Formats: sequence, structure tokens, C-alpha cells
Amino acid sequence: MIRSLAQRKKMKVRLSYLALVPFLVFFMFPLYWMLITSFKTDTEITSLKGIPLIIQSKPTLAHYKKIFFKEKLPLWFKNSFIITGLVTLITMLISISAAYALTRMRFFGSQPLGIGTFLTYLVPPTLLFIPFYKVVGTLGLLNTKWSLLFIYPTATVPFCTWILIGYFSAIPRQLDEAAFVDGASYFQMLTRVFLPVATPGLIAATMFAFTVSWANFLYPLAYIYRHDEQVLTAGIYTSLIKGDVYFWGELMAAALVASVPVVVLFAFLMDYYIAGLTQGTIK
Amino acid sequence: MAKVVIEKLSKNFDRVEAVKNFELDIGDREFVVLVGPSGCGKSTTLRCVAGLEEVTAGEIYIGDQMVNDLPPRDRNIAMVFQDYALYPHMSVYQNMAFGLKLRKYAKAEIAQRVREAAQILGIEELLHRKPRELSGGQRQRVAVGRAIVRKPSVFLFDEPLSNLDAKLRVQMRAELSKLHQQLQTTIIYVTHDQVEAMTMGTKIVIMKDGEIQQVGTPMEVYEYPVNLFVGGFIGSPAMNFIPAKIVSKNSKLYLDAGSFELLVPSKKEKYLQGKTNEEVIFGMRPENMQDKSFAEKSLEGSPVKTVVEVVEPLGNEVQLFVTSGEHSLVARVDPRTQARISEEIELVLNIDKIHIFEKEPPHFRVKTEERS
Repeated sequence: MIRSLAQRKKMKVRLSYLALVPFLVFFMFPLYWMLITSFKTDTEITSLKGIPLIIQSKPTLAHYKKIFFKEKLPLWFKNSFIITGLVTLITMLISISAAYALTRMRFFGSQPLGIGTFLTYLVPPTLLFIPFYKVVGTLGLLNTKWSLLFIYPTATVPFCTWILIGYFSAIPRQLDEAAFVDGASYFQMLTRVFLPVATPGLIAATMFAFTVSWANFLYPLAYIYRHDEQVLTAGIYTSLIKGDVYFWGELMAAALVASVPVVVLFAFLMDYYIAGLTQGTIK
Repeated sequence: MAKVVIEKLSKNFDRVEAVKNFELDIGDREFVVLVGPSGCGKSTTLRCVAGLEEVTAGEIYIGDQMVNDLPPRDRNIAMVFQDYALYPHMSVYQNMAFGLKLRKYAKAEIAQRVREAAQILGIEELLHRKPRELSGGQRQRVAVGRAIVRKPSVFLFDEPLSNLDAKLRVQMRAELSKLHQQLQTTIIYVTHDQVEAMTMGTKIVIMKDGEIQQVGTPMEVYEYPVNLFVGGFIGSPAMNFIPAKIVSKNSKLYLDAGSFELLVPSKKEKYLQGKTNEEVIFGMRPENMQDKSFAEKSLEGSPVKTVVEVVEPLGNEVQLFVTSGEHSLVARVDPRTQARISEEIELVLNIDKIHIFEKEPPHFRVKTEERS
């Protein structure tokens, strides 16, 4: 059968969607599992006759009611938001300045510094949390959520700086020079030219900083014991697993709710993330 | 509006001397073109004037002010870059207004200046577009517009036309010349294209290896190149260079090129008298070599027999690539020429237009005429 070019193109698109199906199933399955489990009654979850993939008896909101009204989920949410927001802000302030300086100002040791910055990111947290414990203790921040403000940036700043260095160095130097001649200071060049042009990079870095701070588990688990000071990740874990009893329904409900902000963030910013803004600068 | 004086400017990058001892006086409202092959230091010189490079030695004055230590924004200059360097996130209007905004001009003043410049450049329709929605020629205009709204005392152009196609380049060349007339501002213009240099400049500075070779009006550097490099660089197709020996026969002087001899015209004889038996290189521009059948009657001297290798008809003229003995030559001859590939043709050389250069580098011009 002879097909027109347009038909062939359509076929190709359909085929590529088809190829995505296995990945979709693979990645969505855990979420689906969480979702249905969170609506099952405890009896059904623990029943040996239950079928894990579907809800057989009447769905219930009991688990959600429990985590919102009996557990401290709203408080942890608040804590997570405060910490994540501040960490993201601190990270971006430091990373933007660092990346700008490292890409555009030539000074003694600027090159090794750039590489060194990235290398620090490669040191695993499991190696760091013991010395950090000492640091946090000395600062008197042990057992408070504020300890995380000092700890999270050690992971986010190097990586975000690295991302931004990539975006900033892709900005043609002639653009700086044009801005210089036009009368911009270094700071104005950053705010009026670099940041707008590197918006996709800023968004990528922000998303990274947000996700890392939001999802971090080890540090709050190690430094915070009071439930009032806890953030979502460690809070859910420490309060919904009592000894060897797992409150599966509540765990799944809480985990699902906790992942919503990240999903929302990605859904809104994905387009910006992908869009290239540098077209048309040159030639 | 200002004059620019550059005194003993040198610029080194690590151990490379990009510009050596550059001396130039640029008068108010002059259109100076720095021209030379790539790597000759012309762009570096311009960037030193702009303040984008720190000078290694020497002084730069704009107006009466020494600007060596001033940042670009305090030099009252505007620059147009080769790749336009438009701000991609701003509209054409914002691009042009940016410099004025940073200098805290009133909104109404900015709007007026931008509209004025847009009118001059014919880009009023484009003010709301983003750079990526413009063609190359339009971007070039915006880049120029961004410079002229500032009303600077000196314009700096760094190869602004090299990204445009040939036709557009010719058009923009004329427009920039017109703009210079209109704005009455000092312009320093860098290019590697000798045609741009010749057509636009009121003064041409020819550079090579970081050094000035010659400064002069377009016709001066064309008619009296000070050395072999300038002779070869200016003019297209390039000047023919033929090694020869000055010989004396029957009390007359000849240039002996091996495969042919040329009689030195009597008015040039006195300059070459003392140089008999010296080896030289003489230069002859292609247009001064004519097909004997169509040559002007006034041309003296015996014709040179050559063999045609390539015939390039251009309509208004024909370019002939010919050989005579070991010499390869280019001639621009009358379009009626009967030249055929591999056949012989006799060319008449306009010996009055001869350029004689020393054989040893740097191949200085041998004086053969008086001129002021």
C-alpha cells in the first residue's frame, strides 16, 4: 500500500507513543499501588484473600482523615515548605552569584574552583552526616528543623552552580560586551541580561534544589527527633511505622499527598524547562 | 562628535603581540576603516578603543580625555558587533532603549530617540518583534539602531556586515555610508574586506601582524601602496607581482622579467638610474593589462605574449588568467576579447601604472614619482 508522507508521519507518531507504553506502566505502577492502597480499608489491606491491584470492598477516606487530623501531617507539610522554600532561595542566591563569577570573571584559581565545586557534590551524604552532626550540634541546632537550612545547601549549591555554569557559559560573550558598552554594570548585566536569557537554567536549578530538599530523608532522620520539628519525609516514616507495625493505608496516603507539590511544580515548569530561549541572539 | 587619538598602543595576549606600537590620529567626523587579514590586530585595536580590552602600553584619547582606565560605559562610544549581540529576551524597542534606560533617560526622550532611529533605519514596523523573529539584515539594522540612539561621540563597528549575504552587504554598505553623512559622527570600522574599506572609508588603515602598514585615503593606498603587502591586499583581483631585474641597454632602462622585457618610461628613469642590475619585484594591476586588439592607442611599450589558461567573462569585462614563462598573471580586459583557452594572446601593459618594490622583505616601494 502506498502511503502519503503525512500518513507516514502520523504512523510514526503513533508508533512512538506505543513505544512509551511499557515505560509508562513501569513508572506509574508504584503510584497506582499507593493510590489504591490508600483508599482500601485496613481489613482489605491485610486480608490474604485481597487482590492487590484492585479495590474490592468499599473505598474509604479513613486513612486520609487520620493523617490530617490525628497525625501531624499538616505541621510537617508546613515545616517542609518552610525549609524547602528557604533552602531553594539560599541555594539560588549562592549558585547564581558563584556561577556568574566563575564563568565571567577571570581570577586566580577560577577554573579549579569551578571543578572543585562540582567534586564536592560527589561526596556521599552517608559519609557526611556524621561530621555534619557535629557541626549542627556545635551550632546548637540539633533537634530543630533549622539545622536543615545549613545542611541541604551542601548538596544543592554545588549541583545548581554546576547547572548554571553550563547555562551561563553558553551565553555568548558578545552579549556581555554589548551590555557593557550600553552602560551596564556587572550586577545589571546579571539581572537584566544573564538571568532572563538563562531562564531555563534557573528553572532547572530551582526544580533540582526544591526536589532535593523536599525529598531528603537521611538528614532529618538523623538530626531531628521531636515530632513538632520534623519534616514530611522523616515525619511520615517515624510516626506511621511503630516498631514492626506498618500502617500501610496511612503510609500510602501520606506519601501520595507528600508527592503532590513536586508533581505540581514539574507540571507547571516543564515547558519553560525545555524551551530554549537563546535562539536569535547570534546571527 | 570627537576626535580619537591613539598613541603608541600595544596589546599583548600572554606572549603574543596582537598590536604593536599603533599610532593613529582620527579627526572629528572621519570614517576610518581598519583593514587587514585575520589576526592582524584590527579587532583588538578596536576593542582597546572600546575599553573591552586593557591596553598593554600606550594611550587612547577620545575627545580630549585619556580613556585608558575608563570602563566602556564612560567612554561615550557605541559598538556594533559582528554577530549583532542583540538581547534575545527583549523586543527590538527594548534592545534599542536598553542603553538609554541604564543611563536613566526620561521615558519620553527614550521613546522619541528610538522612533527617530527606527525611522532612519526603516525598522519602525519591527519594534515589537523579538530578535529571533528577524532576518539577518533586520538584526543588523537593529544592532546599528541600538548604537545610534545613544548619540555617542564615536561609533565602533566590528565587521558588522560579514554575516550578511553578498547582495545585502552591498546595500548595507551604501546605507552605512549614508548614515555617516547623516549623523556626522566619527566612525571606526573594522573589516577584512578591502572592498568595504575602499568604498566606505574616508581614511584607510591597512594592518598586518599587529602593525600599521599604511594610512591614507582609498585612492592613495590604491595608487601608491607603500609596500608589496598593501599592493597585494588592496584591489581585486590582486595586483600581479613579477620578479625582475633592472637592466641598462643602449642607455635605456628595462625591467627584465625573463620571459619579457619592459621599457622603463623616460619620466621614471631618473629614479631607477642608480639601481641597474638590482633585483626587484614589480607590480601591475589587472586592469592595467589590456588585450592588444582593444587597447588604448596611447599605451606605449611592446606587447607581452601570454598563453590563456582561464577565461572568466563577467559581462562588463573579462578576467583572463594567463601565463608568460614562469609568471602567472591576471588581466581584466575588454569584453570583446577573442581570447581562447590555450591560445596565445598579446597583452599591453600600462607601464605608467607600474609599482616597483624591493626584492627583500618588507618589500618597500621604490620611489618612481613625486607626490605630495
